[in-house]
Amino acid sequence: MNIIEVRDLTKRFNGLTAVDGISFEVEKGEIFAFLGPNGAGKSTTIKILTTILQPSSGQVRINGHDPLKDPDAVRRSFGIVFQDPSLDDDLTALENMELHGVLYKVPAKTRRPRIEMLLKLVDLWDRRDDQAKTFSGGMKRRLEIARGLLHHPDILFLDEPTLGLDPQTRNHMWNYIQEINRREGMTVFFTTHYMEEAERMAGRIVVIDHGKIIALGTASELKERTATGSLEDAFLALTGYEIREEQASGSDHLRAIGRAFGSRK
Amino acid sequence: MSTIYILWLRQLKKYSRSRARVVAQLVQPLLFLVAFGFGFGPVFERAGNGSYIQYLASGIIAQSVLFTAAFTGAELIWDKQIGFLKETMVAPVPRWQIMLGRTLGGATVACIQGVMAFLLTLLVGFRPTSLLMLPAGLFFTFLIALFFTSLGTAIGSKVNDMQGFQLTMNFLIMPIFFLSGALFPLDGLSSGLKAVTTFNPLAYGIDGIRGSLIGVSHFGLPSDYLVLGLTVLAVFGIGNYLFRKIQI
Repeated sequence: MNIIEVRDLTKRFNGLTAVDGISFEVEKGEIFAFLGPNGAGKSTTIKILTTILQPSSGQVRINGHDPLKDPDAVRRSFGIVFQDPSLDDDLTALENMELHGVLYKVPAKTRRPRIEMLLKLVDLWDRRDDQAKTFSGGMKRRLEIARGLLHHPDILFLDEPTLGLDPQTRNHMWNYIQEINRREGMTVFFTTHYMEEAERMAGRIVVIDHGKIIALGTASELKERTATGSLEDAFLALTGYEIREEQASGSDHLRAIGRAFGSRK
Repeated sequence: MSTIYILWLRQLKKYSRSRARVVAQLVQPLLFLVAFGFGFGPVFERAGNGSYIQYLASGIIAQSVLFTAAFTGAELIWDKQIGFLKETMVAPVPRWQIMLGRTLGGATVACIQGVMAFLLTLLVGFRPTSLLMLPAGLFFTFLIALFFTSLGTAIGSKVNDMQGFQLTMNFLIMPIFFLSGALFPLDGLSSGLKAVTTFNPLAYGIDGIRGSLIGVSHFGLPSDYLVLGLTVLAVFGIGNYLFRKIQI
């Protein structure tokens, strides 16, 4: 059974096509990696799958529901760890966890022990009563991951979850995720720039570039297809060696326009 | 229910942790109270209108409420920028509950700020004429708070940067405040100004507080209640609609 179905999905922002007619399916219980260089359209796709953005065209089904028609049913199906920070800095680590637990309707009986277990997993239990604004970047990242794992959804989206984490935390995190995946059949959909992580964790991998899917298969299939020895080389062979610039925000966009006009002189 | 409660509680926690904000949002009303109250007091009294502090107090209470309440919109933009809004927007709860929790939280904070402003007015000599009517005064305070948190949320939903928000607020909030009867009586105004104040929802809110606290009312408490209640419903509806449409 396919838990995620995407058909001809397109998203345009003022003339710029971020996602260009992509189609793929993810099976229930799969660990699925979504790879691509910066600005390839990964985060935009995740935002559409998680109801934050609306697509320009195409169909999406999450757990059988359409994010446009029934966003609440879709939101009941997934959990997400965002690429950018999304903590409330004024609240303590514990309060951030509690708030998430209440929003995601984790019953108090399960919530309290699980919060303790997760904060210990990411080594923040001793700092539970400190406001998130006193945390370093790495600690905030760990808190976000602990928070994302607090409820066990049907689908877990992880957008570059391990960025800036040390190998120990990464290891803890993936062990925990793999265990829920095995025990509860939770589907995992993640993006990463660490190719060895994708190779180790993902059953199937999709490579997206310039908004289009350019490869889909297991790590060994991708290596075979590109006649390379590692996924990193396969990735480079598929997407090229050129460094990409990301259109991050409105002001970046304005700067780009400024450059375009400046070069006409 | 728990969603609304936890987001309401969040607003209160954030407020209680920001002493600077509590003080800053009291300084402005205090300044108005002292400068206007004592500055215009003698003129007001010579014109035969009685004590100006008695008149002005209700306006000052409303002022501190409306600025604190409108600040909810700035918090919304802030939550967009730090990313926290995303966390709530993907949660498996209806967005109207998120909006309601935030709005009630902002309104509660604004009411607390209003009560503190009330205590300040007592310090400078304001005396409510009827203690029995204090709850009615608090009720109007809460309606004003709801009106401006909803308005702030509506604007904060559409605007993405703080500067834009400040600008919109200055264009909207300042005229609403100055043309509301907060600072001067509505009786005997020129017809133009009279028309403007008649369509200003805040005028009814302040009139309601004043009617409750000192028993002097321009429109009468039932009309105050009716007009303000209806506009609160309308603005809340608009704020809720725009909030649900937010894309990040």
